Amino acid sequence: MSSGVIKGGVTLAAMAAICTLLVAATYQLTADRIAANERAWLERSLEPALSGVFFEGSVTESKVVIPPPHDLPGNDTAIVYRVFAEEAPVAALFAVTARDGYAGSIRILVGVGIDGTVTGVRIVEHRETPGLGDRIDQSRSDWVYQFDGRSLGNPVEANWLLEVDGGEFDQLTGASVTPRAVIKAIRDTLIYFDAHRDEIFTMPASEEQQ
Amino acid sequence: MTSGSFLDRMRTGLWRENPGLVQLLGLCPLLAVTSTFVNGLGLGIATLVVLTCSNVLVSATRRWIRQEIRIPIYVLIIASLVTCIELIFKAWFPALDRSLGIFIPLIVTNCAIVARAELFASRNSVVASFFDGIGMGAGFALLLMVVGFFRELIGKGSIFSDFDMLLGGEPVRGLVLVDGGWLLAILPPGAFFSLALAVALKNHFDRKRDIARRASMPRDLRRSDGST
Repeated sequence: MSSGVIKGGVTLAAMAAICTLLVAATYQLTADRIAANERAWLERSLEPALSGVFFEGSVTESKVVIPPPHDLPGNDTAIVYRVFAEEAPVAALFAVTARDGYAGSIRILVGVGIDGTVTGVRIVEHRETPGLGDRIDQSRSDWVYQFDGRSLGNPVEANWLLEVDGGEFDQLTGASVTPRAVIKAIRDTLIYFDAHRDEIFTMPASEEQQ
Repeated sequence: MTSGSFLDRMRTGLWRENPGLVQLLGLCPLLAVTSTFVNGLGLGIATLVVLTCSNVLVSATRRWIRQEIRIPIYVLIIASLVTCIELIFKAWFPALDRSLGIFIPLIVTNCAIVARAELFASRNSVVASFFDGIGMGAGFALLLMVVGFFRELIGKGSIFSDFDMLLGGEPVRGLVLVDGGWLLAILPPGAFFSLALAVALKNHFDRKRDIARRASMPRDLRRSDGST
């Protein structure tokens, strides 16, 4: 009987070794491609939030990781991509999270020009209701483009609200929680940028590249 | 193995014992990802590959696997295969991987796969298990595609949108027939309705064929009433 137990154990161990080899080999074969894909995807998804900004090099080159606590939306590690032209800072891209959406957190990319105007907003990830809240997504409607060129003075901070709440921004029929969360996240990002502008561009870049 | 048995396995997987329509296995991915045809196709292909490979591996090793440890072995084989498939998707179909998200790793939990390992592959030859995997996988994939096709058509008013996720290149909006559709079809209840309709249709066809067959039988073989 004990030999049966040993036999079973050996079989299991052998199968585990074979399966591990299989996975390891596949990983080796695909690792480079996956890394390249992720980088390309990241670049592709970052650039639209920098409309009208002339910059040099790649967006992902100069990245700063800001660990919590910070005053940016969301309470986990925020990532800022700094964009330069001829060594001078021209814009910063904030990857932030709005925690007060209707269904889970909404990951947002906010591009801010050096003068504090929004150069573009993109929704990176969300789980909002299809047909209602999901129209914040640039692939579903143009809603998110209304923030281009806006800044903390345009409109004044107190008016960074939906029209229905007495503010200046278009609402989405049937959804209010979702757009409110997005507007608040953008406003808070602008406030943070205003307060920490010099600090952001002088911080040493984070080492690890994605 | 003769070609007749291959056809037989295909018929079993695609229709007679279709994992989704008859065995009602793997309902979680079936209901969750079929919001478009391309999603259904992608997950269908992934499931087919995993199912076929796991069937072959389970069948090839069945002589050495003791009864007591067979379940952990199945889990090991299926989990490794799914991890490989996930890596391959990430490397060659990154957009599709992003769209299917967690449902690629969740193929592990698709009961249809472990059920075929236990019910078929552990008792049959490698070739038969291979055919069974293809048949069952194709049956599941086809159902995913059919449900995805109709949900996309009704819910979004388009056909074959997002094909760039499979083939790469420029974004494809597909054939847009109507802009916007009946939203319910894309929401989770739409998935349940579509699947229910598909099962009902299949039962309807089976019933009809049964009746036709019985009617063509010689009189003395015919049962006195319709039910069996």
